Amino acid sequence: LSRVSPFAVGQCGNQVGCRFWDLALREHAAVNKKGIYDEALSSFFRNVDTRSGDNGPDIYKGKICSLKARALLIDMEEGVVNEILQGPLRDVFDSKQLITDVSGSGNNWAVGHKIYGCQYRENIVEKLRKTAEHCDCLQCFFIIHSMGGGTGSGLGTFVLNLLEEEFPEVYRFVTSVYPSGEDDVITSPYNSVLAMKELNEHADCVLPIENESLFEIVNKIHQMINSGKLGSTVKQNSLVTSSAGSAKTLQEKPFDAMNNIVANLLLNLTSSARFEGSLNMDLNEISMNLVPFPRLHYLVSSLTPLYTLADVNVPSRRLDQMFSDAFSRDHQLIQADPKHSLYLACALLVRGNVQVSDLRRNIERLKPSLHFVSWNQEGWKTGLCSVPPVGHSHSLLALANNTCVKPTFIELKDRFMKLYKKKAHLHHYLQIDGMEQSCFSEAVSSLSDLIEEYNELDATKGGPRVDPSRLKIAV
Amino acid sequence: MSIVTVQLGQCGNQIGHEVFSALCSDIRGTHGLCSKKENESYQDSCKERFFCEEESGVPVARAVLIDMEPKVISQTLSMAARSGHWKYNSHSHFCQKQGSGNNWANGYSVHGPRHKEAIMNLVQKEAEKCDRLGGFFTIMSMAGGTGSGLGAFVTQCLRDAFPTSFILNHVIWPYGTGEVIVQNYNSVLTLSHLYHSSDALLVHENDVIHKICAQLMNIKQISFRDVNQVIAHQLGSVFQPTHTAGGGSGYSRNPLGDLLEPLVPHPEFRMLGLRNIPQMPESSLAYSTFSWPGLIKHLRQILIANAHMEEGIDWQVRPPDPGSSIPSTNKPLHFNTSIANLVILRGKDVHSVDLGSFQDPSLYTSWLNPQDAFNAWKTPRAFNKYEKSAALVSNSQFLLKPLDSIVGKAWNMFASKAYLHQYTKFGIQEEDFLDCFTTLEQVISSYTNL
Repeated sequence: LSRVSPFAVGQCGNQVGCRFWDLALREHAAVNKKGIYDEALSSFFRNVDTRSGDNGPDIYKGKICSLKARALLIDMEEGVVNEILQGPLRDVFDSKQLITDVSGSGNNWAVGHKIYGCQYRENIVEKLRKTAEHCDCLQCFFIIHSMGGGTGSGLGTFVLNLLEEEFPEVYRFVTSVYPSGEDDVITSPYNSVLAMKELNEHADCVLPIENESLFEIVNKIHQMINSGKLGSTVKQNSLVTSSAGSAKTLQEKPFDAMNNIVANLLLNLTSSARFEGSLNMDLNEISMNLVPFPRLHYLVSSLTPLYTLADVNVPSRRLDQMFSDAFSRDHQLIQADPKHSLYLACALLVRGNVQVSDLRRNIERLKPSLHFVSWNQEGWKTGLCSVPPVGHSHSLLALANNTCVKPTFIELKDRFMKLYKKKAHLHHYLQIDGMEQSCFSEAVSSLSDLIEEYNELDATKGGPRVDPSRLKIAV
Repeated sequence: MSIVTVQLGQCGNQIGHEVFSALCSDIRGTHGLCSKKENESYQDSCKERFFCEEESGVPVARAVLIDMEPKVISQTLSMAARSGHWKYNSHSHFCQKQGSGNNWANGYSVHGPRHKEAIMNLVQKEAEKCDRLGGFFTIMSMAGGTGSGLGAFVTQCLRDAFPTSFILNHVIWPYGTGEVIVQNYNSVLTLSHLYHSSDALLVHENDVIHKICAQLMNIKQISFRDVNQVIAHQLGSVFQPTHTAGGGSGYSRNPLGDLLEPLVPHPEFRMLGLRNIPQMPESSLAYSTFSWPGLIKHLRQILIANAHMEEGIDWQVRPPDPGSSIPSTNKPLHFNTSIANLVILRGKDVHSVDLGSFQDPSLYTSWLNPQDAFNAWKTPRAFNKYEKSAALVSNSQFLLKPLDSIVGKAWNMFASKAYLHQYTKFGIQEEDFLDCFTTLEQVISSYTNL
């Protein structure tokens, strides 16, 4: 099975990453009853013989000895990573997978990208190569980071560049948390736009996430549970926001629930590559089907259902509701409404006891209310994975390449321009070696071009007015 | 004579497993409705064709399993072994780790050349186990990356390595509303390439089989397994042993040759459709009776009206008046013109069946004598618990509309240049696409002007 190597960069990235590893372990534990190191586990974990210490050899078959995540954790402050290493996941990582510093990046993209990038380049490349060596087939890198800060944004996109240089054939998937309007980091627009240029040019696929959306979803779940409107009890560990197994409905840290959603997104994205099903969907297929033109690689995601009721028999009505919800505005992980914008492509990855007829019925049902680009009127990519997420009987991940990402980018550009016009805080960036005014103008130009491409598509609905005439054959 | 089956990609392997299961379960059944001697002859013939014997006594399928990711092959091998009644050879498979990414170019230009030697070695080994090699049967979908791209490459290799053997490609056409967004590109690339190396393409369309599952088999929540089992039943009804017309008293010893030679008289026309009647849930079989005249009447109308099953047939469609030479543009609308047809009858009283209606010259183009255009195989041995069953393999306009639709959608996408960068990075250029479109437009034109 192909190996996936996630990189968590920065505070946000590492907090999400932590939830991801926790949920991944629980998911595999639920399926893997015999404790055998199997193909599914090997996609995210190595099996190390630690009897002779941490540097033991990898074991490729047989019983699980010690699972180590195929990951790199990078942060320029120690707090978050230290917490992970003191917590229940401490044995999943070894010191060779960590790159930390002490002073942080001061919420400055340039510090993360130029200073730390330069400083840690060798270190990162070396650890990258080591991780790759342990994979017999490296298919994909995942970067998890936020756009608004300094480390995740700056150093994270530096790592993205490095990955392209060192491993040009391995797919680069990036999960990026975009800042909201009320973000408490004043320079987050600068950091985000500078990072966007890197994503435009070096990522294969980007899954943008907005905290506002995660927050709204978390609230929605709390309301639903507390309102008592639900007929049956909600399966506690089925909440898309919960740490499976935990009985709490209110999390101690506000971000835990939100991070769980993103962690679940990543788990579901890779589920069909790890577990069997009647129609497998691998990561390279996602990139192939959802990216019709290289720069248009931003995918809006939604996860449903948010929870599963305790009923064992799921009537198809409820299954159908799951599909409907995937297209509704309030289930998207960014502030976007795909139903009222233009689809270039759409993917549905279903897990659990769902069959092809359920998929077909729902596609037929929902298609008329969706707008697809003229050259992809029936453009659906579908996958069926037999193994549901822990606590659920079924789930759906929808990925859309849709022009509804445009408002997010336009707002970002507006916030950037507000600061840039006044040259506010620019000196913090320009004083960094390697940073010039042109970095800013090029970055915003790149973003403008991207917005323009989406505008074009919206204006023309993506195609010529008339169907192109077919080749004529002399009879 | 033996047939070596090559299962390609997830679809090919999932269907292949159901086919061998169906064949095996049919020969083990006690519903043959014929003499013991006839039954034993049938069993022996099937075994020789599709299985080889091992010391353990468990029949081993004559198959090579190929996929670019390991999960499906692993499942397929273990499901077969668990059945206890047949299995695959534990060495006859080849897989990789990373898949083809639904990218035809990746399957054809990268995986193909890279793994050619290993794959052809496996095929050679299987071929050598056959006392007499009757040819190759490949199973693949044309929507994805492995079955389609690697499948096209392997077919070419088979043709090069076995220039005088028959090659029949069983190709699955995906649901029209999409399983894969680039499925129409992959389909155009596959079909045009297969046309150059294969003897014939035997097609099943997911949409059609899905309808059969819903309307005839009454399955509520249809899974791919259900679809695959219907397909396997239909294939079994063609490939299980029969007596061919001039075959004397024994079962046909050249199944692929006997199938392909009469059905593909002209290299421009290689698309074969398959119909089977009756089809119903197993639980209903005990309560149903059929008459041959009724079955034959329905099957003929299915052919003429291009229906997919015995429900919803348009009985208004009639062949053109005999005797008048009508240019194709004036033929009655919706009438399905045939080049050649094969009807296979299995079960009770087969020898009494009158198939004269299929020899009506108005069903066919004028190139062949109706006696040559139509063939019938019969066997008294019933198939898969159906007391009477009839299959139709047809080289006609069955697939014209679906083919035209796929090419149309692919062309529409091609004109906007969407997704082309995904193919060019693996070496398939725009000119290659254009060549493929040209090939298929030619095929469409040929079938339209029958």
